[in-house]
Amino acid sequence: MCTSCGCGHPDMLPAVPLRPGGLVHDPGSGLGPVRRIVLEQDILAKNAEFATVNRHRFAAAGVLALNLVSAPGAGKTTLLARTVTALRDECPLAVLSGDPYTAQDAERIAATGVPVLQINTGKGCHLDAQGVGRALDRLPLPEGGILFIENVGNLVCPVDFDLGEDGMVLVLSVTEGEDKPLKYAPIFAAASVLLLNKVDLLAHVDFDLVRCLNDVRRVHADLPVLQLSARSGAGFATWLNWLRQRCAALRR
Amino acid sequence: MHEFSLCESILDSIAEQARRHGFQRVRRVVLDIGELANVELEALRFAFEITRCGTLAATAELTIIEQPGRAECPDCARSGAVHTHFDPCPHCGGHRWRLTGGHELRIRELEVE
Repeated sequence: MCTSCGCGHPDMLPAVPLRPGGLVHDPGSGLGPVRRIVLEQDILAKNAEFATVNRHRFAAAGVLALNLVSAPGAGKTTLLARTVTALRDECPLAVLSGDPYTAQDAERIAATGVPVLQINTGKGCHLDAQGVGRALDRLPLPEGGILFIENVGNLVCPVDFDLGEDGMVLVLSVTEGEDKPLKYAPIFAAASVLLLNKVDLLAHVDFDLVRCLNDVRRVHADLPVLQLSARSGAGFATWLNWLRQRCAALRR
Repeated sequence: MHEFSLCESILDSIAEQARRHGFQRVRRVVLDIGELANVELEALRFAFEITRCGTLAATAELTIIEQPGRAECPDCARSGAVHTHFDPCPHCGGHRWRLTGGHELRIRELEVE
């Protein structure tokens, strides 16, 4: 009789602990012996492979690639349009714009004269490295300049999907409320810089700035926080300098 | 709901393993999911129920092993347990710690036949 399950199968194996790739007998469903395959593999290993390819492409072209993330309505596109308008005569730029269905974001960027490509994600809630890689086949990289990748408006899903970028730019607007850093802690933990947008509206909304900044410190103690308004341009000089410094760091 | 994307990645990995090892059915999928991973376990289970239909894992049991959060603190040079991204270091109360465990999104093993 089988010592593993007691079924009397002649093809029995001793009841030893399962081991990588090893066999153990089990009556199963008659499809054959039950095997255990030890993988120890990241669920997103495939995405990581595509991200590595993207990273090499960015490095080869000397491009600073930034992944812009925020909730819907935080002002990413307005911020991008103002940013590329300010920098377009200074260095090569390009924008990849992720949007579930429309081309509205891309049209706003195209109006600035900067090359832009829309990635329609359909029902997808985030960009992934493969989608970005495919888009890069159609959008020439801005050699020695900056590629902005505008992710889908979402504070949860984009966190896990490495696009091969050099940094994640998180935009939070004061109209969203000061409770976001703790509610959406993983994205605040993953960000390289936080742009606190719409500060021109601070006087008109109940936004506890001190609490917000304190909570940001609890999640990510060293995260640079830049307060600005994409509409009025307040605080923009600091943001543009942050970008120039990141570009310069890439060349060192 | 990126849990659906995660499940699709899991099923892609299973299909690849099936090509390599020649199995016909997956009986169990065992995942390691970190306590601080950006995943809702119930959403992951729900997404798995739906995405596995018509695959080799159509009747597979999903076992999730939660991995505890661990952090190393550069301020006091000690390590300890953390349960959220905004927990203070359990020793010195600092917030500059680095996560060393609890961020896993990993396929540990498959039981196949």
